[in-house]
Amino acid sequence: MHYFLCLLLLMVGLFGALTQKNLIKIILSVAIIEHAVNTFLIMVGYRHDGTAPIVDRAQVAGSSFASGAVDPLPQAMVLTAIVISLGVLALMVAVAMRLYHTYGTYDITEIRKLRG
Amino acid sequence: MKETSTIVKTISRCVVGFIFLYGLYIVCYGHLTPGGGFTGGVILASAFVLEMLAWGKEEALKSLPFRLAKPFDSAGALAFLVLGLLGLLLGGDFFVNVIQKAYPGKPFSLFNAGIIPLCNIAIAIKVCASLFLVILVLSVLRVAAGGGTEDDLTTQEEE
Amino acid sequence: MKLLPLMIAIPLSVAFILPLLPKKRPRMADCLAVLATLALLALAAMLIGQSGVYALGGWRPPVGIVLVLDGLSWLVLITVALVSFLVTVFSARYMEQYTARGRYYALFMLMVAGMNGAVLTGDMFNLYVFIEVAAVASYALVAFGCHEEELEASFKYAVLGSIASSFILLGIALMYCLFGTVNMAHLGQKVSASGLNRAAIFSLVLFIAGFGLKAALVPFHAWLPDAHPSAPAPISAMLSGVLIKAIGVYALIRVLFNVFGVTAQVATALMVLGTISMVVAILMALIQWDLKRLLAYSSISQIGYVMLGFGVGGAVLAAGGSPVIAALGFLGALFHLVNHAVFKSLLFLSSGALEYATGTRQLKEMGGLGKEMPVTAGASLVASLAIGGVPPLNGFFSKLIIILACVSSGHYGFALAAVLVSIFTLAVYMKVQKYAFLGKPAEGRKSVHEVPAAMRIPMTLLAVLCLGMSLMLLPGPKKRVLDPAVQVLMDRDAYIQSVMGVASALGAGQETDMKIAEN
Repeated sequence: MHYFLCLLLLMVGLFGALTQKNLIKIILSVAIIEHAVNTFLIMVGYRHDGTAPIVDRAQVAGSSFASGAVDPLPQAMVLTAIVISLGVLALMVAVAMRLYHTYGTYDITEIRKLRG
Repeated sequence: MKETSTIVKTISRCVVGFIFLYGLYIVCYGHLTPGGGFTGGVILASAFVLEMLAWGKEEALKSLPFRLAKPFDSAGALAFLVLGLLGLLLGGDFFVNVIQKAYPGKPFSLFNAGIIPLCNIAIAIKVCASLFLVILVLSVLRVAAGGGTEDDLTTQEEE
Repeated sequence: MKLLPLMIAIPLSVAFILPLLPKKRPRMADCLAVLATLALLALAAMLIGQSGVYALGGWRPPVGIVLVLDGLSWLVLITVALVSFLVTVFSARYMEQYTARGRYYALFMLMVAGMNGAVLTGDMFNLYVFIEVAAVASYALVAFGCHEEELEASFKYAVLGSIASSFILLGIALMYCLFGTVNMAHLGQKVSASGLNRAAIFSLVLFIAGFGLKAALVPFHAWLPDAHPSAPAPISAMLSGVLIKAIGVYALIRVLFNVFGVTAQVATALMVLGTISMVVAILMALIQWDLKRLLAYSSISQIGYVMLGFGVGGAVLAAGGSPVIAALGFLGALFHLVNHAVFKSLLFLSSGALEYATGTRQLKEMGGLGKEMPVTAGASLVASLAIGGVPPLNGFFSKLIIILACVSSGHYGFALAAVLVSIFTLAVYMKVQKYAFLGKPAEGRKSVHEVPAAMRIPMTLLAVLCLGMSLMLLPGPKKRVLDPAVQVLMDRDAYIQSVMGVASALGAGQETDMKIAEN
């Protein structure tokens, strides 16, 4: 069920990226897509009633730990994916600002030097 | 542009130090508790960004000058790579934890994880410097001849 | 083998040293970049014929990240190294028009590091990370000139590229959800054991869409004709020559053939996508008057050939047909991939030389340049004939092999399309020759000079390669270079075995650290 909510969020983002005319809104849509995927990845590793995947002094890496903790690997992957999307978004925002300086608008229907 | 109010200035001056300290803690204990280079680096950068928002970019640039941030940006990444190459030279494989192999530490003590805390510190320097630069460049884009420094961010997290 | 990580470490470290160099001495940046790519080329050449698995940090495969060197990854690696070396030599003079060359080379090196990493890695998530590193660097490089068109193309490219990456990441997440691992060989093992259910097929579709977007196959191609021409010419050569292959085609076939194992439906999808790309893009190329835009459309068309070759091979393999025919399809596709890297980067470099000399990219504003720029004209002629498939040149043989594979496996329609597109390709490039180099100079065109030697030498070398690459099909070089790569695609179990075999060898001694990660 939760997985489908993620897919729904992905669709919302995709819809936005395809239909919006404003550069900033497109960037936000891309951010929504990335967040949907990240949420999905987190939920893959989730375990109901699981503990945080941190070994503390009380229980040194016993067998009960591995069977009781949430999977940490997707969390590590999501962290990396967030760093990447941060880089991409920063770049896109910089490009959008540059476009605004040259065209004086964020509307893509008015930014049409290229035909594609 | 309107000046930020005295309340904002005073409070931010009070908390900036604590935020910075907290960032350092997250970085240094990254191998024991949740956190690490990236998270800590972001917190460190947020201290400078808060200063920039409250006091203006001139003040922020006094505590982290542009000509210092740029070398830090590269140096953090290079230090991370050097740690990896150290493993290749001394341990036989890229990114072998040479220090840990030579001096295996006790679990849960501060100095037990070999190169991992060092990697965290290198990443934190890189992330802090580049995130600060990104926000600086984006907020003063008219002045800077930007276009390209901000994307270096993505590389340091790849191992 | 021991030096394998240097293929990633060298460009990455150079990328971070370059911004530290003094800005007033741009020659230092040039020298450092050329030296680095030369070192990469030497390193890649040293690795010929070797294969093996490199466990980073000594962590055993299903858990740690591995780098896998085999025939296929070596072939792409040496192509990337060769093209990037020649392109940096070309850039040294060409980029004098731009400021901030340190940054240009830094981004360039980041892109090379991303491509080398994506080619070598044996881990799905690591593949995603390296693809993103290469892609982000390329978004920035497309916008490097900071003119309107460049910014617009870069924005379009970045939006579509990051949607593609999200698809790829979603596919990886689904695979992790189903099989509990991100190591490619381990995934392959588990897929063989349990077969593909619907969710796995969904992730397969996501991979085809994601990598297809990166490789600019036709329904997903809209960004390429904007992005590739807008970049500075050496970067266009890199993007069209190797980037779409390393992070698009290579990654797609590695995932399809070595992880999932090819099925009849997937093979048909590849063939259809390939043929549509081939046909649509070449028709679009015919009507272009902007030289670089024309070249960009032609790139899509040529990628279509490569995909068709892989699809035919895969179809034969999936149907349990003759392995000789399947190998023929793969051979043609791989050979065409390498050939295209060589002649398309040469064409883009020569278009850069034309732009450098005349200041325009419009074919109608050129004309008669053959007399004034003999070296550029010669190099461009060789590349045009090669891409058009004129007999003794490399492009002829690779297309011939693909068409032969189509015919001998009974796909006559696809073979016919390939032949027709080849004729159209020749027509497109004859148009380039006619309007740029032959005939009378266009009205109002100033007289121009040949470009400097630092730009002529890489073009000449690439032209010589175009002339000589047919020799790769002789039994000796073929056995050393192309056959190992074909073998990787033919034999999925061998790939899985080569990686997972290392697991047991390295297994001992790390058990305590591992328990947490193995859920």
